[in-house]
Amino acid sequence: MTASTTTDEVIVTENLTKVYPGDILAVDGLDLSVHRGEIFGLLGPNGAGKSTTAGMLTTRVLPTSGRAIVGGVDVVAHPAQAKRLIGVVPQSNTLDRALTVYENLYFHGRFFGMSSKQSKTESLRLLDQFRLSERAKAPVLALSGGMAQRLMVARAVMHRPSILFLDEPTAGLDPQSRIALWEILSELHGEGQTILLTTHYMEEADQLCHRLAIIDHGRMLALDTPERLKASVGADTIVTISTDTEDREAFATRLRSSIPGATGASAIDSGVRLEVQGSHGVLPAVIAVADEAGVAISDLRLDEPSLETVFIKLTGKDLRE
Amino acid sequence: MTTIETPLLIPNRSARAAGVTAFRALLARDLHVLARNLREFIPRTLLQPLLLVFVFAYVFPKIGQGIGGSGAAASAFSTMLVAGVVGLAVLFQGIQSVALPLVTEFGVTREIEDRVLAPLPVDFVAIEKITSGALQSLFSAIIVFPIAYFVPATPVHLNFHWLILLTLTPLACLMCGALGLMFGTVFSPRTLPMLFGVVVLPITFLGCIYYPWAALAPIKWLQIAVLANPLVYVTEGFRAALTNAPTMSLWVIYPMLIGLTALFTFIGLRNFRKRVIA
Repeated sequence: MTASTTTDEVIVTENLTKVYPGDILAVDGLDLSVHRGEIFGLLGPNGAGKSTTAGMLTTRVLPTSGRAIVGGVDVVAHPAQAKRLIGVVPQSNTLDRALTVYENLYFHGRFFGMSSKQSKTESLRLLDQFRLSERAKAPVLALSGGMAQRLMVARAVMHRPSILFLDEPTAGLDPQSRIALWEILSELHGEGQTILLTTHYMEEADQLCHRLAIIDHGRMLALDTPERLKASVGADTIVTISTDTEDREAFATRLRSSIPGATGASAIDSGVRLEVQGSHGVLPAVIAVADEAGVAISDLRLDEPSLETVFIKLTGKDLRE
Repeated sequence: MTTIETPLLIPNRSARAAGVTAFRALLARDLHVLARNLREFIPRTLLQPLLLVFVFAYVFPKIGQGIGGSGAAASAFSTMLVAGVVGLAVLFQGIQSVALPLVTEFGVTREIEDRVLAPLPVDFVAIEKITSGALQSLFSAIIVFPIAYFVPATPVHLNFHWLILLTLTPLACLMCGALGLMFGTVFSPRTLPMLFGVVVLPITFLGCIYYPWAALAPIKWLQIAVLANPLVYVTEGFRAALTNAPTMSLWVIYPMLIGLTALFTFIGLRNFRKRVIA
């Protein structure tokens, strides 16, 4: 069971594949390795296969082929055992509506074998840690979205899982709750909690994750730290040039060859995106090239490479599409 | 913030032991919710049998519109009705305590997604639902029984056959819990009104509540058709356990109850698995 895992690997997948009925290939031969204590992100657009991957790792989706080992346990062969080692925060609110806030934690502890006393102590401690003590006796329906999310995270970590899964944890949260959740995840990480999260928010992936797998159409396109992924773009500045000129391709090619330090240029919907190493003097140079080409520029923007840039480079499309 | 220095809060035990603990805890959760909601549970369980017994065995004899005649015949009817009313309560509870919450947990709240993450095999999450439903059915039988016994205007003459009562009651309750699981996995929030309007209604009207199965002899086709109704075996079984009236053979009642429990459990588990594991 533990043949292919080292003590430092909390998740290992080998050629993990899921084909849904109707020949829909959701995850295509994924090889992952998540280390103890890291925050690992699966980044990709909606429908990329992130949730299916998380579903397979948490026993909710049966792989079509391949293997998934979580905490040393084969999740397909021993799902009940694997469930003791994982904590899951799903996309939708799955709190027990028939119970109060406190009882949601108390019974979770009992499901996982805590004694009544242990479960009570631990529930109260978590309510305090997640700033929910005042709502202990409230029905869960009375909680705001952010509070419900915090309670789900508290519930998921209550039995001290080897790994905490969060599926799009901040989708639908207001910005304040999102930041509060990021803080909580950082705190949990500080306590040594291994975390795997799926997200299609680049800021979230960039801010939280130590390593990221960029996924599209069920395939892993890149796997590295956010810094190295951004560095892989091979430019330190991204110039976005807005123009309504007809032939953006030609303009992109012209920019690529004329701008000093240009490492890449591509036509996008609103104009041209130019990648440059060394941004000094790039703006006047772009304007000069546009003048020569007779292209009218309506806007110019300089950015550092982001994960979005990486994603566009890898897939040729925008993450938000 | 405290750091995790205590290694594991959950005991390091075998998967089987952890599963048994989780099963018990799930059951404890259901009973906790039941206890909390007693103020809703009791009226909802009692009202239908109360009205039924009140109208058929109290009002009708009093106004001389006796179903089953008057005097001794009316008394026989009240006696016969006890089994029907208890059977009905058991069936209703099975559906209300298992099917209704399941339809919501699957279709609206998705709570089931968390429940199936409890550390036990998914099948046992469903079997826990049956067990919990059976216990609640048993509880409703116990609180409905006095109504059927005391409300009628004409005396009720019961003859307790304890061996039958003590074996048949749990079996009937389990069958109704399994029926609840099957219905809960078949119906969606959208189709739920169909469950009551199209499925439960004929089951209750043609479930041998108001008449013993043998009395249907003059309408042979109906007597045969109602054999497809699971409630018939429950009410006839209770009748055999509580009265000396002639009933369907126990050699039919017991095997049918066991067979139907197995069938509903099989279908319920299969659907449950399909719905929680992609």
